[in-house]
Amino acid sequence: MRKLHTFNGGIHPPEHKAESNAAPIASLPLLPRYVVPLSQHMGHPAAACVQPGDRVLRGQVIGLPEGRISTAVHAPTSGIVSAVEMRTLAHPSGLPGLCVVIESDGDDQACPTPPLDWHGLPQADVLEAVRHLGIAGLGGAVFPSAVKLDKGKAGHIPTLILNGSECEPWITCDDRLMRERADEVIQGAAIMRHLLGAETVLVGIEDNKPEALAAMTAAARGAGFPVEILAVPTLYPSGGAKQLTQLLTGLQTPTGLLSTDIGIQVFNVGTAASLYRALVLGQPLISRVVTITGHVARPGNFEVRLGTPIQALIEAAGGALPGASGQIVGGPLMGFELEDEQSPVAKSVNCIIVKHPALFPPAPPTLPCIRCGQCALACPAELQPFELYWYAKAKAFDKTERYNLFDCIECGCCSYVCPSHIPLVDFYRFAKSEIRARDKDSQAAQIARERHEFRQFRLEREKREKAEKLAQKAAGKPASGAAAADDPEAARKKAILQAAMERAAKAKEGVQPQNTDNLAPAVEQEIQAIEARRQGTDASTPPPEGDKSPVSTP
Amino acid sequence: MNGSPYVIASRNSVRLTMLKVLAALVPGIIAHAWFFGPGIWVSLIVCTLLAILFESLALVMRGYPLRPFLTDGSVIVTAWLFALSVPTLAPIWLYATGLLFAVIVAKHLYGGLGQNPFNPAMIGYAVLIVSFPMYMTQWPAPIHLAVHAPGLADAFDLVFAGGGLISVDAYTMASPLDTVKTLLRAGVPKEEILANPVFGRLSGSGLEWIAGMYLLGGLLLLANRVMTWHVPIVFLLAVAATAAGLHALDPSRHMGAVFHLFTASVMLGAFFIATDPVSGCGTPLGKVIFAAVAGFLTVIIRTYGGYPDGVAFAILLMNVAAPFIDLYTQPRVFGHRRHEKPKI
Repeated sequence: MRKLHTFNGGIHPPEHKAESNAAPIASLPLLPRYVVPLSQHMGHPAAACVQPGDRVLRGQVIGLPEGRISTAVHAPTSGIVSAVEMRTLAHPSGLPGLCVVIESDGDDQACPTPPLDWHGLPQADVLEAVRHLGIAGLGGAVFPSAVKLDKGKAGHIPTLILNGSECEPWITCDDRLMRERADEVIQGAAIMRHLLGAETVLVGIEDNKPEALAAMTAAARGAGFPVEILAVPTLYPSGGAKQLTQLLTGLQTPTGLLSTDIGIQVFNVGTAASLYRALVLGQPLISRVVTITGHVARPGNFEVRLGTPIQALIEAAGGALPGASGQIVGGPLMGFELEDEQSPVAKSVNCIIVKHPALFPPAPPTLPCIRCGQCALACPAELQPFELYWYAKAKAFDKTERYNLFDCIECGCCSYVCPSHIPLVDFYRFAKSEIRARDKDSQAAQIARERHEFRQFRLEREKREKAEKLAQKAAGKPASGAAAADDPEAARKKAILQAAMERAAKAKEGVQPQNTDNLAPAVEQEIQAIEARRQGTDASTPPPEGDKSPVSTP
Repeated sequence: MNGSPYVIASRNSVRLTMLKVLAALVPGIIAHAWFFGPGIWVSLIVCTLLAILFESLALVMRGYPLRPFLTDGSVIVTAWLFALSVPTLAPIWLYATGLLFAVIVAKHLYGGLGQNPFNPAMIGYAVLIVSFPMYMTQWPAPIHLAVHAPGLADAFDLVFAGGGLISVDAYTMASPLDTVKTLLRAGVPKEEILANPVFGRLSGSGLEWIAGMYLLGGLLLLANRVMTWHVPIVFLLAVAATAAGLHALDPSRHMGAVFHLFTASVMLGAFFIATDPVSGCGTPLGKVIFAAVAGFLTVIIRTYGGYPDGVAFAILLMNVAAPFIDLYTQPRVFGHRRHEKPKI
């Protein structure tokens, strides 16, 4: 038996698992409409490849991956695309994102996807398939799996860790998944193991899930390759990737590096199951298991098609009970409050908790920090949270960086234990966003400076070139001396003209060249086109601001 | 902004922490009443009321709400630690002066709860011992040694009316630490000094029991994880090591480790004053350094300094150094070490 290690701190909040982990995973009836977000993963959103009016089949690609860190998005059922438009997403920002709206035709007709010979095909082809089957991490971070499964130059990644720890209170979707689909998880692990070239496969499961541990142990016996199913102590945040890695291997992922740099890759158990379903059963990622719990009539777990409005999921659980006060997406320690119940379930949504003041009482009034150090004892990142709070509150952001603010994983342990009830994590988020904004500004300033310097250089060069050209012109021009003498009036006029021309030429020599002089014909044309457009638009309307991304500030 | 976490351990509170500290002081207070008479109750109550008065005054002047800050319990802890550090049955103006500096100057002028660089109770003590040294040496004698053991009526008279019913000499004596210091300096042999009935088996008669009760209360706080082991254990070790070292150098001129450990002020300092998180160090190594130097300084000041006791000045000196020590003892953060390749 492998010797387990420990991580610093951690907390043990009330688990609240029993509410939702008793019943098997249920399914939802087919809905008349699905709203599928194109940005369901980390990295670049998928690009819509359908238009309103198109008929789509279940599992058909409706969004193509764009860029390296991206993955495809598929239709959850067959029907007609009614719109590709901005809708509110289940995201901490509460901001809208581009979604494909599909009106179901009720047939739920599948788009045939052939199974893939993942064992025989070249690595690159399998990874491309994983990317186009929409596989992303289902633990919450939704990082596109094809990127993580690429063993890259390293050649092989010796250790694969499957995260079945599910340490946040209330959430039980991985628990039910491991109980009911342990074989799928193990089969998914086999694919991951093959792609990574891993020799060791470890599965970490908190010891408050004995049924899941038993099911996984049974499935591991028939795996055909060594898998170690390990019970880790129930201590939040044992399911943090870095914490689980330390628990199982004793190794800490060096700050600023990835776990692959120490030969370890970590996946959620749900991701493994979805990888199996995608490659072996030919089912792209169009649904996931979601826990619906809290103040609802029948808490439980559901296999939910991505794009299902969260409202429909709440209704499937018997609806919110009287006195409900909003919803949390994710767990109570790292989740966020839902802005709009119509927001669709995306790949990142693992749990919906309907709140009630009795279950989630408002925080008592905040008192000043007394530096008691409880936060430091609880911090799994081994930070000094009270120092970070002190400097974040004082807006001494450079100090927060020196105290390693960016090693904070925002797990919430410090806020949980704080006897002064200070919302510490809010202060860290604030400091982080301020630092990011500052860095962005200083980057922009750097770019602006470089552009300015280049412009100065260009102007100098053009001036020099122009001067040279004029000098050449002046040297090559024959002197004009031939004058008609028979008409004195004409001669006088001609002399005046000549003098004027000479004056003009002299004046021109002294003039600074414009930066629109001496341009290439293509640029000239472009300028003319812009001028034409400018005259076409109303002068009172301000010019459109380019690339202004909406940024939420606290 | 109101982000996660949406669940907190709401039973954790500053008030609960302060209540635990107060509860841990109770055994020592009972021992105090047992050996030195009921006067301690009078001075505790008077100091508590005065401290609450000053706290309220400061909060009103600063425009802060009274309720959350009066009920957090911090000012009562200050009042009790102050009352247990200064002579019992002193006149009320002495308490008022000490607490004025403790609560208004040391705490609120620096920003109130959580902002004070110095331990407020120790500032109150320091101001009094510098300003009114005579009053600060008039410690009540243990009941069994006093010519006239003051009862409750005497206590009220002494605190509120400045005495007159009984003479100062009838109920006070020089403290054991004072006795040791003055007589050793006068060249009196140690055996002769220790024959004085003010000494008990380990340390001061009666006082050693109070020290034992503080130790008990402190260990309960440790078991309850109100504090970590670093400060109290290292402080006691440093006091013991320094005293033992001096004693080994010249046994005829220095008291041993046990004598120093079981003076009530050392135990009170170890578990209740040096452990003040606001004015102490925050990092584990910082706490060790803080406590080690404070323990060393305590014995050094007691032995070579002009004042009878050294705990307060040692801790105040280390309060000055605490932010600096913290700066240079920041612990390693997760993932900040060079890593070996996994040996799996």
